[in-house]
Amino acid sequence: MTTISSYERSTLEKERRLSRALWAAKDTLVLIRRGLERIIREPQQLLDVTVQPVIFVLLFTYVFGSAIRLPGGGNYHAYLVGGMFGMAMAGTAPGTAVGISTDMGSGVIDRFRSLPISRSVVLAGRTITDLATQVLGVGALMVTGLAVGWGMHKGAADALAAIGLALLIAFAMTWAGACAGMLLKNAEAAQALGFIVFLPLSFVSNAFVPTQGMPGWLRDFANWNPLSAVAASCRQLFGNPNPAVTVQAWPMQHPELATLLWSAGLIAVFAPTAVYLFRRKVLG
Amino acid sequence: MSDIRRTKDRLAIEALGLEKSYGETRALAGLDLAVAAGSVFALLGPNGAGKTTAVRALTTLLRPDRGRARVAGYDVVAEAPEVRRRIGLTGQTAALDECLTGRANLVMVGRLNHQPARQARRRAEELLERFDLTEAADRGVKTYSGGMRRRLDLAAGLVGRPEVLFLDEPTTGLDPRSRLVMWEVVRTLVADGTTVLLTTQYLDEADQLADRVAVVDHGRAVAEGTPAELKARFGTESVELTVAGSSELSEAVAVLGRYAAGEPGTDTAGRKVAASVQDAPRRLPGIIADLASAGIALDGLEVRRASLDDVFLALTGHGPSTEATASSLKELAFP
Repeated sequence: MTTISSYERSTLEKERRLSRALWAAKDTLVLIRRGLERIIREPQQLLDVTVQPVIFVLLFTYVFGSAIRLPGGGNYHAYLVGGMFGMAMAGTAPGTAVGISTDMGSGVIDRFRSLPISRSVVLAGRTITDLATQVLGVGALMVTGLAVGWGMHKGAADALAAIGLALLIAFAMTWAGACAGMLLKNAEAAQALGFIVFLPLSFVSNAFVPTQGMPGWLRDFANWNPLSAVAASCRQLFGNPNPAVTVQAWPMQHPELATLLWSAGLIAVFAPTAVYLFRRKVLG
Repeated sequence: MSDIRRTKDRLAIEALGLEKSYGETRALAGLDLAVAAGSVFALLGPNGAGKTTAVRALTTLLRPDRGRARVAGYDVVAEAPEVRRRIGLTGQTAALDECLTGRANLVMVGRLNHQPARQARRRAEELLERFDLTEAADRGVKTYSGGMRRRLDLAAGLVGRPEVLFLDEPTTGLDPRSRLVMWEVVRTLVADGTTVLLTTQYLDEADQLADRVAVVDHGRAVAEGTPAELKARFGTESVELTVAGSSELSEAVAVLGRYAAGEPGTDTAGRKVAASVQDAPRRLPGIIADLASAGIALDGLEVRRASLDDVFLALTGHGPSTEATASSLKELAFP
């Protein structure tokens, strides 16, 4: 028998890792496809990313918006759409939570677990599918926005940057949703989480009204809310009215950077936590 | 030639002292198993005996607290991915995506078994045909009946052509026809060299299908052997006579009593005498000769072979399950 040199061994190890990563990527694609097939078979799953934002835009522009004056002037319709980007993208989290807890409660998870695939693939498949549906949500939002008098007044590069940042935070939020989905007992509980956590989070931000008029402690929270950073970034990059420029909180002065940092932070915390929870849950 | 022998004797499943507790409950309390490659092995036990936990441990779905197990030659904990590549699992609840079609489910499982797309589609087609699901292939699994779901689930377990197939109560809740289909499938698989481990509460299922049976109770295998061995060791056979005239009843009791393990039971209205008799088939000529010399005319004579029910009762002190017990009680009018 010939002995294997340490150099050869490390090359082998590298190759093994590479093929593992390649298979993980391929398996993720299979599961993304599964997610998309589910949507094609049951398109009503898309209601919360498409119809819901449209309803909110119409509700706020024509009902509440008529009574809202922006500090420093500006059109509320043009202001609102940036905020809706924040709300809609954060809204990915409850959807992911419901999807994951449904999967965990059904037998299909045992099928996945008895197959030679990496554990993280199941989660990645779900979060990426949810991100893909958000692309549709962005489209629905932009079309509605254009219809109510919103517009993009800077270059295409800025507009794309805004959309990119919005989708990035959406992706970060799906991981938070994945953790919630794993911790909650059933889909109903995951659904309730949307109302208990996500709705207040959306409203205590600058998504719908500028933070200037809020009481002090609430204002601080709103200014540091990641949704405010996303909304302010979008307004800045689309060239919409953005009263937050006069707010002295750091995230409002650097909304794009704040959005990036929030996304990176959320992913750094929630992605490994989700994988850990998943492993713990499935290994019993 | 020695090579062939070795493959034949190779163990497909090997478990040593598997333990698993959930709080106070010991689901597995030191389970030992040895299953030869290419055989059908049945874990027979009542609800809560630890059968499902054993299957979950062997299929890498849960980590045992103590003990070791190898499946297809690989350790279920340290080499779980290798094990997963070689096994198929069909559990009690259908492990399927309800939202997708039957075909999409099978293709997905094939792809996740790392089959190329075309091969996965072909394999799905094959299995749909084999399990009589071609017509329903493009319908959502949601719309399937219980039997169809079970068949699709079994098909999903076979997509990767597993070396070792685990079937956790494969026929519980199935109609008799689907049950026979399932048995046929198991037999075909084994003929092709697959090892099958199945759990069941039905004694006749273990009797029909399994080369070897382990009776599981309270998380341990309390007995193991071929169905015939178990019956010979723990079961008793009984002889039942129907005499021509009720006046001969007491004399028949006396004759049969000489051979019986205990006091014979009588059914006066039915003119029947019955008793458990060890090794009944061989002692039957003697019984008949004695009856003839005593001048007793018979209307009927029956030897009831030992059933696994007897084995079960002898080993665990309770019946296998209410359902199975009820069905065996029907045959067992007396004693």
